[in-house]
Amino acid sequence: MRIPISWLAEFVALPAGTTVADIHAALVKVGLEEEGSHDFDIAGPVVVGEVLEFGEEPQTNGKTIRWCSVRVAPAGQSAADGGADVRGIVCGAHNFFVGDKVVVTLPGAVLPGGFAIAARKTYGHVSDGMIASARELGLGDDHDGILRLTTLGLDPEAGTDALSLLSLDDAAVEVNVTPDRGYAFSIRGIAREYAHATGAMFRDPAAAVSVDAESDGFSVEIDDRAPIRGRVGATVFVTRVVRGVDPTVPSPAWLVSRLKLAGIRSISLIVDISNYVMLELGQPIHTYDLDRLSGGIVVRRAEPGETLATLDGQTRTLDSEDLVITDDSRAIGLAGVMGGAATEISDETTTVLVEAANFDPVSVARTARRHKLPSEAAKRFERGVDPEVAAAAAARVVQLLEELAGGRPDSLGSTYNAHDELPPIFLPDSYISGLIGVDYTEDEITSSLIEIGATLEYARDGLLVSPPSWRPDLTHKSTLAEEVARIVGYSRIPSVVPVAPPGRGYTREQKLRRLAAETLAASGSTEVLVYPFVSSASNDLFGTPGDEAVAAVKLANPIDGEVPFLRTSLLPGLIDVARRNLSRGLTDLAVFEIGAVFRPESGVVYGVADVPLGAALPPAETLAELNASIPPQPWHVGLLFIGNSIEKQPGQPAVHVGIADALDTVRVLATALDVPIEIRQGTHKALHPGRTAEIVVPAAAAGVVHVGFVGELLPTLADEFDLPRVVAVAELDLDLLIELAARSVQATPLAGYPAATQDVSLVVADSVPAAEVLRAVESGAGDLLESIRLVDDYRGTGIDAGFKSLTFALRFRAPDRTLTAAEASEARIAGAAEASRRFGATIRE
Amino acid sequence: MSDSHSPAISDESVEAAVAAALAAVESVTDSASLKIARNEHTGESSVLARLNGQLRSLPNDQKASAGKLIGQARARVNQAFTAKELDVVALENNAQLAAEALDVTALAVRKHLGARHPLSLLQEKVGDIFVSMGWEVAEGPELENEWFNFDALNFDADHPARAMQDTFFVEPVQSHLLLRTHTSPVQIRSLLERELPVYVIAPGRTYRTDELDATHTPVFSQIEGIAVDKGLTMAHLRGTLELFARQMFGDEAKIRLRPNYFPFTEPSAEMDVWQPRAKGGARWVEWGGCGMVNPNVLLSAGIDPDEYSGFAFGMGIERTLQFRNNLNDMRDMVEGDVRFSQQFGMVV
Repeated sequence: MRIPISWLAEFVALPAGTTVADIHAALVKVGLEEEGSHDFDIAGPVVVGEVLEFGEEPQTNGKTIRWCSVRVAPAGQSAADGGADVRGIVCGAHNFFVGDKVVVTLPGAVLPGGFAIAARKTYGHVSDGMIASARELGLGDDHDGILRLTTLGLDPEAGTDALSLLSLDDAAVEVNVTPDRGYAFSIRGIAREYAHATGAMFRDPAAAVSVDAESDGFSVEIDDRAPIRGRVGATVFVTRVVRGVDPTVPSPAWLVSRLKLAGIRSISLIVDISNYVMLELGQPIHTYDLDRLSGGIVVRRAEPGETLATLDGQTRTLDSEDLVITDDSRAIGLAGVMGGAATEISDETTTVLVEAANFDPVSVARTARRHKLPSEAAKRFERGVDPEVAAAAAARVVQLLEELAGGRPDSLGSTYNAHDELPPIFLPDSYISGLIGVDYTEDEITSSLIEIGATLEYARDGLLVSPPSWRPDLTHKSTLAEEVARIVGYSRIPSVVPVAPPGRGYTREQKLRRLAAETLAASGSTEVLVYPFVSSASNDLFGTPGDEAVAAVKLANPIDGEVPFLRTSLLPGLIDVARRNLSRGLTDLAVFEIGAVFRPESGVVYGVADVPLGAALPPAETLAELNASIPPQPWHVGLLFIGNSIEKQPGQPAVHVGIADALDTVRVLATALDVPIEIRQGTHKALHPGRTAEIVVPAAAAGVVHVGFVGELLPTLADEFDLPRVVAVAELDLDLLIELAARSVQATPLAGYPAATQDVSLVVADSVPAAEVLRAVESGAGDLLESIRLVDDYRGTGIDAGFKSLTFALRFRAPDRTLTAAEASEARIAGAAEASRRFGATIRE
Repeated sequence: MSDSHSPAISDESVEAAVAAALAAVESVTDSASLKIARNEHTGESSVLARLNGQLRSLPNDQKASAGKLIGQARARVNQAFTAKELDVVALENNAQLAAEALDVTALAVRKHLGARHPLSLLQEKVGDIFVSMGWEVAEGPELENEWFNFDALNFDADHPARAMQDTFFVEPVQSHLLLRTHTSPVQIRSLLERELPVYVIAPGRTYRTDELDATHTPVFSQIEGIAVDKGLTMAHLRGTLELFARQMFGDEAKIRLRPNYFPFTEPSAEMDVWQPRAKGGARWVEWGGCGMVNPNVLLSAGIDPDEYSGFAFGMGIERTLQFRNNLNDMRDMVEGDVRFSQQFGMVV
């Protein structure tokens, strides 16, 4: 909401010299946040000039200029810039006559956009200033020539300050009005708030106009057969008729200036007056050319298929929920949103029907949204308009039409008023102090409430507070608490730190999730956070290892239609990140993300048909349905590596990344979380068939739990993504990992007896995974085996084709004695025997 | 070994042997020549050893003085060798160290530290501040049911406040699922799931349909706090926020509350924080929204608003990071350029 300062000053006493910043500082205290400020951006000597004479001078470029002699100060006095009283000025326009009063910008003036005026040589003369058009002054779009003050009905003396004459010296503050404060979309509301903030005297503009006695000479019928949520579409409908309006009278400068500062373009005097009154009182006004109406008005819901050509030139097909204004023949307006073209005010209109109505906020909001018409009127109705101001607003329009356009109020008119009073609120005595934590005096409470316009009635142990008609947002005692707190000032609220009961700290899951992130960062990966929006192709590729379809959540209104789905995997996002980094010249990457993925189960229908109302605890089964309506959203951890893990350096060749880096990081993560993972050869349709590992965790009954994949992207895919050939990735279900992590470590005492170390080389078919041979040796060797490590994988001379020799380093130790070499050898042989039994391994001596 | 070639024990013969040995010590240059010289002059076949061997055959009355003579001579020689040995070892050690010298400014880097994302770190920092006060950290789903995001939080179905939240809805829209527009649904979830009193903080990702630019991102994060207990007042809200601000921004941080409107709080306030070292001069910076929990929200969770009251607050993590750590462009936070996280490392 923009508020021209001169307008505000009509209704509150502004001390001399009050600045835009002062007004902002005052309004912010009562909850109207600063949004900006506006002025005409004109400075310097701008005066009224009188055209004394001019000569027309054709130019070689085909134009004819006028070389004018203009009086810019009374004879014998110096002009506002200190110069002579008569100036020679070159002018390109031809719409003026000798004797016209015009606006002259003298040298030293600066026009909107930083356009500085100086005496300059042009068309063979020194032009000592400029004769301005309305457009150059920021007053409108009219560029048919210069501004002739005569057309505004003005005939001031030459030399008069034109900025003040045309109200171009005014400025406006702009504040943000919160959705609960519809009344603040008016000068009236803002003035009241300014008075609250500063204590300045407030004069209600609605009380300043005399409201005509009620009459019913114009037929208005409210016929709402389908109220929305039980509320009739129109509760107030005031009409007034004004005849004999002169449509040729221009809007006065002060009116144009105020509208312009308020952000509304001047259109014609009648329309400008409607807008002016809306801004002043907050009551949207509609004006009809009464000669184009047939019969009285009926307000009803639209018929199915009914159409209406609105003021903006569009023909709209109406919805049966839309509230329409109709005459005998057709719909002539979308109630509270926009008028119709057929009864629009034109430059021939002489008889005006003024409408000031009150429409249901919900009905207007739905219509405005449905037809994408966020008009100034709709904005106010949606937030609630004072139902008591309609009659005053209509009277104010009539008054202005009389004063400015020569209109005559007709006795015809109607007043329909069926709105309900706002229900009173019981305010218990100690409630506000108890909620705010300030010991307000009784006087502070009552005077604050009276100041906002409420009426009070003393009741047992409290007050009965009737909110003013413009405050439909005051519905509960807590809303009254806010009023008292803000009128007295939020700065009065002291600072007290509450003592929370002893908490349980972070949950196990929260601690482990953080540990996971810290471990990954400490082991060399960089955390990134990626948008979860992906294409269906990405989900199909990475959402599941096999060819089965993957269910995914689709957004109804994505920002980017290319990626309307929510991710089922973190990898598409990491691939995007890799591409972006690569495009910025960062070629060696180790990145990770920990975040939610969205994994609806296929075949399950999520969502609910109806949402329960608020302000009441839904039954347990409804709550259960609400919870079950949401697809699972497990937290995953994703990793991606490209380029080198170690750069080329003196004495250090580059080490390229590969699946080993991803696996190693996964191993470090699993160790940190204390999850006993196993690595298996795996397959995944997006990963290199020979370089894919499946990560599983042994589980008591179920065998193993699958927790994720590690591998290198298929090189063809890497190429498609413009990534290097080797892209190592991993994705694990972090929730599952944490669930499977050890709850507590069962420690064994350390034995101090010497260890016996031996190697064993086993020859097996080269298709047998080393890890499985290792596990066989481990289980065969028994309890004496303390550690086992694969140290060599040899193929070639001495080993048959199709076979490999795996060498394991074994360390044996007994808890209670020094092992003999024979005991260690026996265990070694037992281990080898198990490998032999499982995989036909033979010892290579 | 035969005595026949040895000179007889005498002052002269002993002194000559000692002189020869000391000369040999002088000529030693490294541990190899030391070993040879030492063997020659102190070994079993050395002159002094052989002279010593003759002691046995001396008359008893000469044994003492001859023994002393030879003993002293051998001691002098051994001492000289020992001293030389220390010199040689030291020299040789130094030579080896010199040979092993590396340019420590050019050694290979083999381990890299990664980095956390500052938005994660900041959320954890906030969590730490509140957990230390006895609060707990609560979580909720990012893909929510409309009831938790709006209705339960006192957003009327037709209220303009509901339209002003530019919400991502899930297809089909009739399913009433959406991406949460704020972390406030966690308020309701916490009140439904926990025993009273409740003191929780809820960090997390939130979504609104804003195009990405320097100051907006459709995916952002918030931190929400809610406390519901008997007798909580707006003074407790201010106290909590001031303590929080000091821990986040330093001891000079101050809080200013301005009246505002949110459907889920009444009274509501916008909170500004005083930034004494803000770029371009000390000023109030808008930090977040807060207020006393609206009675309708308590009712949605089945809590009697006449018995319990509460306060809630919420702020954007991105915005907090922006003015706390002097960042201008929101895009740096969301694009995943590793240089961004790496500026922070492991602390924010």
